[in-house]
Amino acid sequence: MLQFQHVTKRYPGGKTAVKDLNLTVDKGEFVCFIGPSGCGKTTTMKMVNRLIDITEGTILVDGKDITKQDPVALRRSIGYVIQQIGLMPHMTIKENIVLVGTLLKWSQQKKDERAKELIRLVNLPEEYLEKYPHELSGGQQQRIGVLRALAANPPLILMDEPFGALDPITRDSLQEEFKKLQKELNKTIIFVTHDMDEALKLADKIVIMRDGEIVQADTPEEILRNPADEFVEKFLGKDRLIQARPDVTTVKQIMSSSPVTVETGESLKQAISMMRKSRVDSLLVVDEEKRLKGVIDVEMIDRNWKKSTYVSEVMETEIFSVPQDSLLRDTLHKILRRSLKYVPVVDDQHRLVGIVTRASLADIVYDTIWGDGLEIEEPIAAAAE
Amino acid sequence: MMEFFSKHGQELLIKTWEHLTISGIAILLGVLVAVPLGILFTRIPKLADRLISLVGILQTIPSLAILAFFIPLMGVGKFPAIIALFVYSLLPILRNTYTGVKNVDQNVLEAGKGMGMNQWESIVKIELPLALPVIMAGIRLSTVYLIGWASLAAFIGGGGLGDFIFDGMNLYQPELIVAGTVPATILALLANGLLSVIEKKLTPKGWKETYQTL
Repeated sequence: MLQFQHVTKRYPGGKTAVKDLNLTVDKGEFVCFIGPSGCGKTTTMKMVNRLIDITEGTILVDGKDITKQDPVALRRSIGYVIQQIGLMPHMTIKENIVLVGTLLKWSQQKKDERAKELIRLVNLPEEYLEKYPHELSGGQQQRIGVLRALAANPPLILMDEPFGALDPITRDSLQEEFKKLQKELNKTIIFVTHDMDEALKLADKIVIMRDGEIVQADTPEEILRNPADEFVEKFLGKDRLIQARPDVTTVKQIMSSSPVTVETGESLKQAISMMRKSRVDSLLVVDEEKRLKGVIDVEMIDRNWKKSTYVSEVMETEIFSVPQDSLLRDTLHKILRRSLKYVPVVDDQHRLVGIVTRASLADIVYDTIWGDGLEIEEPIAAAAE
Repeated sequence: MMEFFSKHGQELLIKTWEHLTISGIAILLGVLVAVPLGILFTRIPKLADRLISLVGILQTIPSLAILAFFIPLMGVGKFPAIIALFVYSLLPILRNTYTGVKNVDQNVLEAGKGMGMNQWESIVKIELPLALPVIMAGIRLSTVYLIGWASLAAFIGGGGLGDFIFDGMNLYQPELIVAGTVPATILALLANGLLSVIEKKLTPKGWKETYQTL
């Protein structure tokens, strides 16, 4: 979709803004460029629609060299959203949304239809089409800014810190809305930001830049797990690295691998003695191949021990479990939301491999707040000296 | 009073019309030249300030002198009078056009460029509409001045209400001076009012509201 090949930008003063940059962006990918100010992220983005000219190298959009295209036509085929929104104050919202359509000489009917279609995407009423930008709040204005970029249905959209000027709550809801929209419409997005949280939240791929060069380009998970160097680590921040652990940790990494189990064929007597021995009030029920079948607790046995003999007759089969490679982040929410005491962990054959209990979660939260066990030992050791 | 009108009434109407055409044509020429020039200047910001001071120098030449200079160059009559007035109209329009267009929100311009507007579209669809209130202020200022200065056209045989004033001065007839001055003042006020109506009509609706709150 988009390729940077040895792209370099040198300004007349001799300052090099971007140095020999190579990157490939796939169709439908959401790529965030991030870095401290002056790292060349905005320059890189603006070279794509030729608002800034390339000094050396090539940028290909859909396999075509952008310098061989008419810049005006190129820009009309690429969506563009800026931080300062830049809606035309003298045009109605409708005229603003379909501005590119006007430039492309669409019929009035086509423009009207497209404007109505688009404004529905962001859940704003159609009456807004007749309003002027100054009558809208900042968040609403930037929604229109995004719609304006979508108007001619460009496959590629460039966004220059589009949510940077909004208040945190509005920013948050717009990010969510936009990410959803992007998935629905399958657009390729180049998104410049200096906000790491934003990048982690939105991006499929994060490109971290420093002094005009790419330091690391990878998925958010991979960057959090394996920061390329100290600069990236610093940029992510220690807090985020620790806090992000639930985001990248899989259930398998924290589960306890020896849950107390009982086989389907065993009797209730055996089950109750097993509970007593292990000091637990419930058991996971598995078959001979260790496949998870259900759960049985002391209450069920108490209610049924006169009528039934075997575990399989009494056990509760409606049981919630998670695959071992699912992210802890998601599991955590499920456990808390459903107020479960524990969740069995299964492999792809639905065999029981472990269990995540509320105690394991307490450990994670503890680590998040206090840092790694290792880290608090150091100051203690230092104090002892 | 009645006597004066019966004696000079028709002449007064003719002179007022002359006055109006002389200043009208001059201001029209001024707009046609100064507005595009002002936009052009915004494209060469490094030279613009110097060029505008150059035009400013023309403004400092005493008006009587400039009319006198035009006699050897273009003779006497309406034409040199119009050209002289045109020169005077340039600066306020040029300066306001330049300032107005230059002060259009850069973000709006960048958005327009990023959307794929070419220079012409950017000027017609963004810069002129947004700079319009400022440009119109320049045009109004020029017009009011020009209607006043047009009285001097009589000095080089250009006609207009100045004829009354000069006659009044030469013949020691104050009523003639008044007859030349009052219509000129009324013309200036009317022209200013008319232009402000045009300005309101031309300024895009959304921009009018935004502009007022700025």
